Amino acid sequence: MNTGAGASRSLAFAAAGVIGLLLAPVVVVVVISFSADSFIVFPPSGWSLRWYERLLSHRPLMAGLQLSATVAAFVAVLSLILGLPAALALARGNFPGREALRAFFLAPLLLPTLVLGLALLLAFQPFGLIATLPGLVLAHLTVTLPFVVRMMATNFATLPDDLEAAAATLGAPPLRVFFRVTLPLAAPGLAASGALAFLLSFDETVISLFVSGPRASTLPVEMVRYVEGRTDPMIAALSTVLVCGTLAVAVAVERMIGLTRAVGR
Amino acid sequence: MKAPARIAWLALPAGAVLAFVYVYPMLDLGRMSFNRTGPTGAMVPDWSLAIWRELLADPFTLELTWNSIVLSAVATTGALLLAYPLALFLFRTDSRWRGLIAAIAITPMLVNGVARVFGWLAILGDRGLVNSILLSAGLVDQPVRLVYNWTGVAIGLTESLMPYMILALMAGFGRLDRTLEEAAASLGAPPWRRFMRVTLPLSLPAIVLGWLLCFVLAMSAYITPKLLGGGRVFLLATEIFELAVTNVNWPMAAALALYTLILLLLFLAAYGALARRAA
Repeated sequence: MNTGAGASRSLAFAAAGVIGLLLAPVVVVVVISFSADSFIVFPPSGWSLRWYERLLSHRPLMAGLQLSATVAAFVAVLSLILGLPAALALARGNFPGREALRAFFLAPLLLPTLVLGLALLLAFQPFGLIATLPGLVLAHLTVTLPFVVRMMATNFATLPDDLEAAAATLGAPPLRVFFRVTLPLAAPGLAASGALAFLLSFDETVISLFVSGPRASTLPVEMVRYVEGRTDPMIAALSTVLVCGTLAVAVAVERMIGLTRAVGR
Repeated sequence: MKAPARIAWLALPAGAVLAFVYVYPMLDLGRMSFNRTGPTGAMVPDWSLAIWRELLADPFTLELTWNSIVLSAVATTGALLLAYPLALFLFRTDSRWRGLIAAIAITPMLVNGVARVFGWLAILGDRGLVNSILLSAGLVDQPVRLVYNWTGVAIGLTESLMPYMILALMAGFGRLDRTLEEAAASLGAPPWRRFMRVTLPLSLPAIVLGWLLCFVLAMSAYITPKLLGGGRVFLLATEIFELAVTNVNWPMAAALALYTLILLLLFLAAYGALARRAA
């Protein structure tokens, strides 16, 4: 088509511009993390690694990093342990109230984390769970558990079931079919769900702001506090490290199941 | 393979955990809004509508609501205008880079929100990228104030919504049939006319759904307004946090959170109705 080429070229240019805009903040953060300046100046007047060095000796941020990694590890494992059977029930079960149960499991994803965070603060305070490791893990499960259930239920539903049927026909008991056939087939989806649950917990900011405290604050909470108080390139250095970590996980997930499918509804 | 009904028991552990971290806290939130605050500001257990009356009679509530709605509408519309060409490109292209471009388009979703806000501070700040270009080009004498005000919040919020908008649009473009455009072209319609008369009307359901979804997300966004607003931008979301954490006025914070939630549910009801009509 003669008129189509010009139109699709201008569409491609517009798309490239938008991609540039989406990448701009991330690129700027990476560049400024190597700045030698003491303030946010872009372009930087000189280059250094001093903000990476400072970061390593910054107690609150390092403590936050450690806590966030611990919380995220617990959250990922618990989300899988709890989410996998629930997803199996939703995907394979044929019982009355299944749709209601599915809606119940997905409901927390529809609520703003701002409202959930406030509700968790009010509910956890009397139990002494605020600013504790168990409190943070439980709070994050509100978001990661429904997410894992949704992802794994889709995963189980799309698995080819003729292999399971074959195993059952050959006389394998149900539990054996599950562990020898279903689980290996679902393993890539399982690993991807676990990785995304880890990332969701690690990045969770709003809920953590409500349930953190002076005794225990996750990394994003410490980052918010830092940016509120000062603006120097240290947060850029930290963000660069985080972006690299996220990118590594995203690439791994993309390899396993396709990222756009994982985060899409 | 269908399993017997007792497989439902497998959902029990997860259900029990969600009951404690989701159902109970939300019920507790509702209960809290019927308590009162005493003269010292301490919470007094009660069953009264005092907090709700105070909240709804306060002109500040109306101002916050208006601020939140206007900001969310501006940011969502901005995100729509920017995301549309990219989503359309991704939907149509058969380039082998499609997967990579789609991944880049949604990467901001996976980059920590504080990191992205920091990037905008470096781009829009007084000594940031935009101002150094404007100053060195001699277009302005003084740095233009682009952060710690409404402008900064609107820009940051727009960017944070774009990945969701792109996903929503791409999901909704399903009914966009290329052959209809080709038919229009072969009948002599110029590109602009084809877009206005064929492409745009066909993608209208996707636009409406994407807009509502992102509007709801914008209404409850907290980090971007908090950090890019520098305490000068007052919204429902920022006020809920202030009330709960700084003022420790839990009954009022709970009531304002529920008020916001009811507002959002009204928009979601519209979303549901439109989704059914589009389907």
